[in-house]
Amino acid sequence: MSVSTVKEVTKGFWEKNPVLVLALGLCPSLAVTTSVRNALGMGVSTIFVLTLSNVIIALIKGIVPSQIRIPCYIIVIATLVTIVDLVLAAYFPDISKAIGLFIKLIVVNCIILGRAEAFAAKNTAWRSLLDGIGMGIGFMIALVLIAAVREVLGANKLFGFTVFPGWRPIAVMVLAPGAFLTLGFLLGAKNLRMRT
Amino acid sequence: MARLLHVSSSPHLRTSDSIPKIMWTVVIALLPLCVFAVWLFGWYAALLIAICVATAVLTEGLMQKLRKQKLTLYDGSAVVMGILVACNLPPGISWWIPIIGTFVGMAIAKHCYGGLGYNIFNPALIARAFLLAAYPKDMTTWISPVDATTCATPLGILKERGPGELLSAYGGKLSLYKHLFIGNIPGCLGETSALLILAGGVFLLLRGIITWHIPLSYLATLALLTFLSGGDPIIALLAGGVMLGAWFMATDLVTSPFTRRGQVVFGIGCGLLTFLIRRFSGYPEGTSYAILLMNAATPLIDRYFPNRIYGTR
Repeated sequence: MSVSTVKEVTKGFWEKNPVLVLALGLCPSLAVTTSVRNALGMGVSTIFVLTLSNVIIALIKGIVPSQIRIPCYIIVIATLVTIVDLVLAAYFPDISKAIGLFIKLIVVNCIILGRAEAFAAKNTAWRSLLDGIGMGIGFMIALVLIAAVREVLGANKLFGFTVFPGWRPIAVMVLAPGAFLTLGFLLGAKNLRMRT
Repeated sequence: MARLLHVSSSPHLRTSDSIPKIMWTVVIALLPLCVFAVWLFGWYAALLIAICVATAVLTEGLMQKLRKQKLTLYDGSAVVMGILVACNLPPGISWWIPIIGTFVGMAIAKHCYGGLGYNIFNPALIARAFLLAAYPKDMTTWISPVDATTCATPLGILKERGPGELLSAYGGKLSLYKHLFIGNIPGCLGETSALLILAGGVFLLLRGIITWHIPLSYLATLALLTFLSGGDPIIALLAGGVMLGAWFMATDLVTSPFTRRGQVVFGIGCGLLTFLIRRFSGYPEGTSYAILLMNAATPLIDRYFPNRIYGTR
């Protein structure tokens, strides 16, 4: 693998992280990050959808008229999301119960449509595959970071295990305000690191 | 010679007011409340106040170090914030909870917005709102000043069981008014005594730290709306945190409008929101949320009620 191949994957991890730098997909980042388990479920689902949608869209980009490309992309994405939704409901019912609504909303997740428009529609299927994997992993990294902070502070747990015995957690951190606070501080920390 | 040639730009007339002078005056106005809280609820109240002040000062120092600013721990603003957070706490709360609240108020509500003079929301009220969302049960468990058992505040009784129960619990109207005015009732550390809050407020008025516009329009609006809706305006004014809020929180120089007309609008808004929350929401008291919401409206008020430019109509 050449350097640029590796770069195509790893750029999404940190320096072009979809949540922390591109500020895409903020709705799921705020909504499903109440626990690390949910964040991982959402992250894996998004990696699957994003990678395959990138590849398929890169393959069909030559035959889709540009006027109706967005509906075509949405059909591809919606098909993939339906697969994920049904698989989760069949094999991981508890995760499906907790974040099922947001799995369906992956259809309109702006990371996926954004990468389709900005990358897959202009690049080869191979490079789109790499981009999809990288961006998906970057999204999952951001989700797990947010979820870890919120789960430890708001529920005193990590993967369901108690972290500090005897401490009463700050319940507000697993509610919506905690999500905004955590995301704000992560964005701030990221900007601080980029500046120096 | 260099001194003689020194030319400064206007303004040439300077007031002797400074941040330390204003803040330490507020501290003096708050001291009677603290002493009364200790007398009413015991030495644990003193410990809570000390914890809040220490956390506020340490957090301010830490944030100013992190932001590479000059340390201004002696200007008293952190001390005022710490005391105000303590005034908003129920007397029986675990000692470590105020540390979290004060830290959030100081670090996030004040310094993340740019420090003294830049914060949109009153840091002490953010501390209270954060704790109310984080530890709702601890923040609404009240102890009686008489026998240290848990009990409801006057506004809590009013909300849950109605005005008749409240009157009989305090033995008649006059006795209830007296209790509310003097302050030997359950409630937050600094909110119980209307008398001492009024004394502190009038002291601040006389020293020119605050003007009458916000407290008066706030309290008048609340009293009028309560009266019109069939409630008892005197209970509405004396019970709960509205006195403390109107005199010490809503009048915060940073988070309230500049002009007198804007301040009146601000006060009316606070009164209206407090009334709405008390009357129609699930909470017995709404002072802190009302003031925070009006804090958010302050830039808008300043825009619509600007200073008249001298010489224009």
